[in-house]
Amino acid sequence: MTMEFSEHIKTANVDDVVLKLPLRPALKGTLCVTAHHLVFSERKEEGSYQLLLLLRSVDAIEKSVENLLGYPQYPSAGPGQRMTGLSGSSGTIVIKCKDLRILQFDIPGMEECLNVASSIEALSSLESVTELYPFFHRPRELSLSEPWGLSSPQQQYAQTERLWDRWRLSKVNRNFSVCMSYPRTVIVPCAIDDITLAKAASFRQGGRFPVLCYYHRSNGMVIMRSSQPMTGANRKRCREDELLLQAAIDESEMGYIIDTRSAQQAQQARMAGGGFESKAFYHHWRRLHRHLERGKVLQESLIKLVEACGDPSQNMDRWLSKLENSKWLSHVHSALSTAGLVAECVERDGHSVLVHGFEGTDTTLLVTSLAQLILDPASRTFRGFLQLLEREWVQAGHPFRQRCAHSAHSHARLRQECPAFLLLLDATWQLGRQFPLALEFSEVLLLRLAQDAYASDYGTFLCSSEQERCALQVKENTHCLFQFLLRREEREKYVNPLYEATDLAIWPSVHPQSLQLWTGGQNMPKPWTRLEKRSGLL
Amino acid sequence: MLHLDFVEQVKLLDRFNNKTTTGTLYLTATHLIFVESNVPGAHEIWILHHHIASVEKLSLTTSGCPLLIQCRNFRVVHFVVPRERDCHDVYSSLLRLLRPVSYDELYAFSYNPKQNEQQREVGWQLIDLTAEFERLGLPCDQWQLSDVNRDYKVCETYPRDLYVPITASKPIIVGSSKFRSKGRFPVLTYFYQEKKAAVCRCSQPLSGFSARCLEDEHMLQAISKANHNSRFVYVMDTRPKLNALANRAAGKGYENEDNYSNIRFQFVGIENIHVMRASLQKLLEVVGTRSLSVNDYLLGLESSGWLRHIKAIVDAAIFLTKAVTVEGASVLVHCSDGWDRTAQVCALGALLMDPYYRTLKGFMVLIEKEWISFGHKFADRCDQLDGDPREVSPVFTQFLDCVWQLMEQFPQAFEFSEWFLIQLHEHVHSCQFGNFLGNSQRQREELQLKDRTYSLWAHLLSEQHNYLNPVYSPSFAERHPVLEPSTQPWNFKFWRNMYHQFDRTMHPRQSILKHTLTLKESNSKLEDTAHTLQAKLQTLGVSTSPLELHSWSREHRLPPRPQSLILGAPLSRKEAQQEEEVLGEEALEDAPDGNGGERTVEGSSATENGYGELQSSFSSKNEPAMVSLEFGVARMTC
Repeated sequence: MTMEFSEHIKTANVDDVVLKLPLRPALKGTLCVTAHHLVFSERKEEGSYQLLLLLRSVDAIEKSVENLLGYPQYPSAGPGQRMTGLSGSSGTIVIKCKDLRILQFDIPGMEECLNVASSIEALSSLESVTELYPFFHRPRELSLSEPWGLSSPQQQYAQTERLWDRWRLSKVNRNFSVCMSYPRTVIVPCAIDDITLAKAASFRQGGRFPVLCYYHRSNGMVIMRSSQPMTGANRKRCREDELLLQAAIDESEMGYIIDTRSAQQAQQARMAGGGFESKAFYHHWRRLHRHLERGKVLQESLIKLVEACGDPSQNMDRWLSKLENSKWLSHVHSALSTAGLVAECVERDGHSVLVHGFEGTDTTLLVTSLAQLILDPASRTFRGFLQLLEREWVQAGHPFRQRCAHSAHSHARLRQECPAFLLLLDATWQLGRQFPLALEFSEVLLLRLAQDAYASDYGTFLCSSEQERCALQVKENTHCLFQFLLRREEREKYVNPLYEATDLAIWPSVHPQSLQLWTGGQNMPKPWTRLEKRSGLL
Repeated sequence: MLHLDFVEQVKLLDRFNNKTTTGTLYLTATHLIFVESNVPGAHEIWILHHHIASVEKLSLTTSGCPLLIQCRNFRVVHFVVPRERDCHDVYSSLLRLLRPVSYDELYAFSYNPKQNEQQREVGWQLIDLTAEFERLGLPCDQWQLSDVNRDYKVCETYPRDLYVPITASKPIIVGSSKFRSKGRFPVLTYFYQEKKAAVCRCSQPLSGFSARCLEDEHMLQAISKANHNSRFVYVMDTRPKLNALANRAAGKGYENEDNYSNIRFQFVGIENIHVMRASLQKLLEVVGTRSLSVNDYLLGLESSGWLRHIKAIVDAAIFLTKAVTVEGASVLVHCSDGWDRTAQVCALGALLMDPYYRTLKGFMVLIEKEWISFGHKFADRCDQLDGDPREVSPVFTQFLDCVWQLMEQFPQAFEFSEWFLIQLHEHVHSCQFGNFLGNSQRQREELQLKDRTYSLWAHLLSEQHNYLNPVYSPSFAERHPVLEPSTQPWNFKFWRNMYHQFDRTMHPRQSILKHTLTLKESNSKLEDTAHTLQAKLQTLGVSTSPLELHSWSREHRLPPRPQSLILGAPLSRKEAQQEEEVLGEEALEDAPDGNGGERTVEGSSATENGYGELQSSFSSKNEPAMVSLEFGVARMTC
């Protein structure tokens, strides 16, 4: 394995490299490329600065070199970098990270510079999951035999006694044959047997049939999630799917379906084989449409936002117009208000809710997890929040691998990138801003999670489903980020000192005046150093 | 004099949702009061007449006659009075009351906080500018106290005590003052001891297209010579260049670098009072819109220009600070008359340079010096008397906004919280205390304010625990004596707690500030209990080691909480919960299907946030109306 990596490394060490970080004096030291890291150590006797950058976190690299005669060459397009070579040939590498940090290295020697740059390019975009750093990260204090993950549907079920008379655990997906992106075990109504489930699954996109994700203790209402029903142009129906939804509520009750698409989108989806639950066949369910953007639109929104933050003009009007144009805050707004609507259905009106959009792997999860944060005090604790993320994002099959392949700086063509998880973290941050006592964790945890979702030492955010994780033996060969964060010495870094548990729902205000741009870490009172000042979202 | 004392069955409409409250409207000589009816612990709104900016009678509706009241502290209330005649009475009484024509009618002259003469006098002595200049190391070998304006003869809008370079003789001063608009010649306002650099202020020169004044040139040379660190003095004209050029046609203008041997001239580009007034009006219009979308909000924020103006002021203050603290140069700041933009820039610059001004008392000193003593026209700008509406402008509000922006960037740097700034804003308009009345020191002396009114500073200092910033760190000031704020546009934000202070739905959140106050309050209660128990033990003959408690906790009970949505909602979550539980029980007895059981955190509620228009009953048959949320394609479900 290491042989393969070393093929990519032509120059492992370069001396006299100058590192430039925003708002910091330049540092001189040695740059070293390893299989998974870029290491920079300042050449100083004491208190020297060290930077360890995971190559996976490199989103884009821009290089420019200057040859002996002083004619600049620009092999790669990069906006205005300054030439720093004083004598001989030299080069500059600008590294834009997925967590939006920007680092600049001035490297003496054109060849060295090009070698380092090509190593970074190759090693930061390794295709195979098992070649990634989590499979090599072996810190002394952790052991691979420690439990991986915090919770499972079994545990969730076992802990919620009041679920037992109406809901059961089903292992219909034990081989991932019914739904590729679901975990092996799911919680479904008692009245529905596995055969019916399998049939209902065949009626839902990607087999994602309705499953329970939250039980509201105060009134017994539930939140479920699924993907869209495949009704198609000729309004196909599926008795089993209808039965499944009917079994989730009492005959006298009514439920809400919150569709995260516009009514028009839902209508149009029928042409592609998708669709929505027709009132005629789902008598006890009422559908509401709340349009949330997803996929490419979200990714482009993030790119525009980051670009707006990097605008050098410092012009107020330009900034506001670019911020508006990015639409990022509108997405935050839609996410919070849709989650608020779901929570309102459950808590205030006492109805169960089913949430879905198209595939049920992005905006659906965004809405269900935010609704739980609003309603459920348990999900606002440190452990509870990580459990929520594990349940609603990792186990529920959010395709992290595709969605977080690149971040806002990448020049690569967009494929399936989408910052849905980032949007969740942002919306959670908004909740924390409005209810500074209600969350047990601080902004620092959200920033850490944002970073790790894109590039991590741990295996938690690898792959796109439980099935993939099992196939690649992720749990056997990597450490679990959530377990690691819960270790006492780590946990302390991420807790909110003002936390005061409350049993009440925390209803966020969704007035535009109540939302803020998450600039990340700049305004934290405690580590009041403006050294790590980052531009933009993170 | 009044036709009526109160009107019953008045409805109060929330401006951001459909919530209405019914209650009684009272009109007193000083306040308009609304008291919610039939609710234990009823909600009350007290509006000082001076705070009312406008009263509007809207066209009659089926439920009554609407009355829209807009206040200078950004409160907007919308009443519906059942009978048209009552509404008209309230309306006409208010119109009479809110346009005082003489100072004697202002609240400050009738307000009596139950203090004796001595207390009143002590209150007025709390902030002492002579001591402030001493603190700055003045007078010194280069700067002296001049008595030229002892009788307000040279400049009637300046204070009596002025600091000038020792080389500036009386004829130079008088000559210079004749060459400056309103006689406001260059004087020292802040002294940066470390570099012996001075911040001076004045008004524009009467230069026209070519006029010169040797005394004025001497004056600037004297300022330059008083500082050995720099061979020149910066002259900051805080106006946009175009405005300054236009002023030349009126015989005014700016300094010609050819005539002044040792100046570096710089335009800064802060807009005038009229632009600022229009900008705030536009801003308030935008944020007052119901169901405002995020995009319209951001576009409106941009088109109002408000944040651009705020940033321009901060940028100017940063320029000033760098010139003084980094280059060690003295700076002369002026605009047109030198009492609006000049006050903003000098005050903000001093705040960046000197940690003392970031303390509670220091901030009072700063305002007393840069704003009150140097003649910012509070009476005109804040519309204290019925005057020229073109003179009204939110210049001081902008300054407070700038300070808040700095607080957001440096949460540990300020001893006071934003609540203090909001209170200042409140009282600049309330006319309840004498400090901000009138346009100049001279006028204040003529009004004998110190004998006839009370000082706001004494009032604020007496309840300063309410205004303290819980994360203030004095050691931060030691490490960062000079603040270097970022000028990246995303650091400039809309100050929701100021402009939406009274909009309940904007504040459905917990407040860190309130939380700390709660902790302090419960702490002092516990200490009280401890004392009582200890006393009991003593009477029972049990001897205990004395508890180590702060002795002040008994005598100085915390005064009642201020009336504010930021601070005034139930103090603690438990309190809120208890209240709700009580309400919930009552609701259960009275009406089983009441909505008393809605459980929320500190007044946040789903209904007020309007995530969607859910109907609580499914029995209604009109499904399309329920689903027709977008594009009107609801019918497809039928």
